[in-house]
Amino acid sequence: MKWNKRRLIDRIMSILTAACVVIAIIPLLSILYTVIINGISAIDLDFLTQLPKPVGEAGGGLGNAIQGTFIVVGIACLIGLPVGILSGIYLSEYGENRFGRMVSFVADVLTGTPSIVAGMFGYTFIVLYFGSFSAIAGGVALSVLMIPVVTRTTEESLKLVPASIKEASLALGIPRWKTTLHIVLSTARSGIITGALLAIARISGETAPLLFTSFGNMFWANGVDKPISTLPVQIYTYAVTPFPDWHAKAWAGALVLIILILILNISVRFATRRKYG
Amino acid sequence: MQNKITVENLNASFGAKQVLHDINIGIEKNGITAIIGPSGCGKSTFIRCLNRMHEVVSKARVSGKVLVDGKDIYDSDIDPVDIRRRIGMVFQKPNPFPTMSIYDNVAAGLKLNGINDKEILDKTVEESLKKAALWDEVKNDLNKSGVSLSGGQQQRLCIARALAVEPEVILFDEPCSALDPISTSKIEDLMTGLKEKYTLVIVTHNMQQAARVSDYTAFFLYGKMIEFGETNQIFKKPKEKSTEDYIVGRFG
Repeated sequence: MKWNKRRLIDRIMSILTAACVVIAIIPLLSILYTVIINGISAIDLDFLTQLPKPVGEAGGGLGNAIQGTFIVVGIACLIGLPVGILSGIYLSEYGENRFGRMVSFVADVLTGTPSIVAGMFGYTFIVLYFGSFSAIAGGVALSVLMIPVVTRTTEESLKLVPASIKEASLALGIPRWKTTLHIVLSTARSGIITGALLAIARISGETAPLLFTSFGNMFWANGVDKPISTLPVQIYTYAVTPFPDWHAKAWAGALVLIILILILNISVRFATRRKYG
Repeated sequence: MQNKITVENLNASFGAKQVLHDINIGIEKNGITAIIGPSGCGKSTFIRCLNRMHEVVSKARVSGKVLVDGKDIYDSDIDPVDIRRRIGMVFQKPNPFPTMSIYDNVAAGLKLNGINDKEILDKTVEESLKKAALWDEVKNDLNKSGVSLSGGQQQRLCIARALAVEPEVILFDEPCSALDPISTSKIEDLMTGLKEKYTLVIVTHNMQQAARVSDYTAFFLYGKMIEFGETNQIFKKPKEKSTEDYIVGRFG
């Protein structure tokens, strides 16, 4: 094989792009490796189902934090998914005006907002108003992070649906709202679900917005208007202590969080598999 | 002839750009009327005015009258959704619903208008696919995706989908321009069969196609209707110089 300039450049570029993939994946694998190595030994049934024990006492777990994460993320989804998806529909189908462009722009800015700002929002508007840290305040703070992501991904997925599909539906005498609901949304379904999923995965690991909204709790949840334990905050609480036993629990908590998000991803992918490619 | 549609002083525009000027034409009931003319002459816009699809595009405006069975479809008390149910449309590129099966594509118009009776749906799907000359090719694959079919089959699927809502008129917007000659001839045969029950209007770039299938032909140029008459007369003894120039291929 003759080595001319064109071949050489081709080869160099191929190697360069492959090298970048390796560089990108190293931190990812190293995080996974570290978390698994440090966390796996502390995970057992007790860890998943028991309350935390005071320092120095063996055993105990993060059962309440796992429960709390589900509650807080659930509240965030109850608020964030409908608001985000409906806003996305508005922007894509009816947003060709000044107001629509403004909302799009604001959503873009909000996507880049530091998450602690969402925590301050929850603190100012919910915690101070009701006079107590609460699961609801945490859920609201997380939904603030979630809405712009869901809105924009919904809008973009809907805009990818060809105009010819909408016209086909309208020309059949199907009203516009049914066209949007049954034809456009179902065509864009997998894009919207992916967006929602990314948003849920992102907020599930957020710590900063929860520090002064849902706060923390060493016991089982006893109402959405009370402080509640969550995995990220519990990991943070354990990690900043000087106790090796709690460090191990923090690693294990991190592993549980990663696995939960993984399960969420896989199960939703599975549930929304397209019937037709 | 008995007119199904009578168009009076129709003007249409996109924003400041007027694309149709003062069109007057009668569309014969149970006939095939072809609209020919070079690109950009307003043919597609014209037929989209006949089922109120023109206004779907933003900044599109229409003035004038389109009388269907004597009633103006642009009257303020008319719901455009009803008009589109009565006047169906087949588009230039086949556009089956990508997430639906063959069966659901045909049934979509009925299902989304609230008809869920399995027997009625089954019967309509079969009849529509038969009318669209597609039944024999897909009867064992009704649950397969609509987009898995070939281009010509997809176009016939779109015709079946339009037929399923039992329209009175079907508008064809260059239905064969994306198809091969064999699929084209199938669709032309199909149109000839359909005119017994339906009134058809076809926009086409292909003059031979207009000559083969249509009873009447209108020639459009720069947004104006230059000439309209029986297809035989238009192709053999055009009255206007520009019609003749276009038909013999001097431009366009």
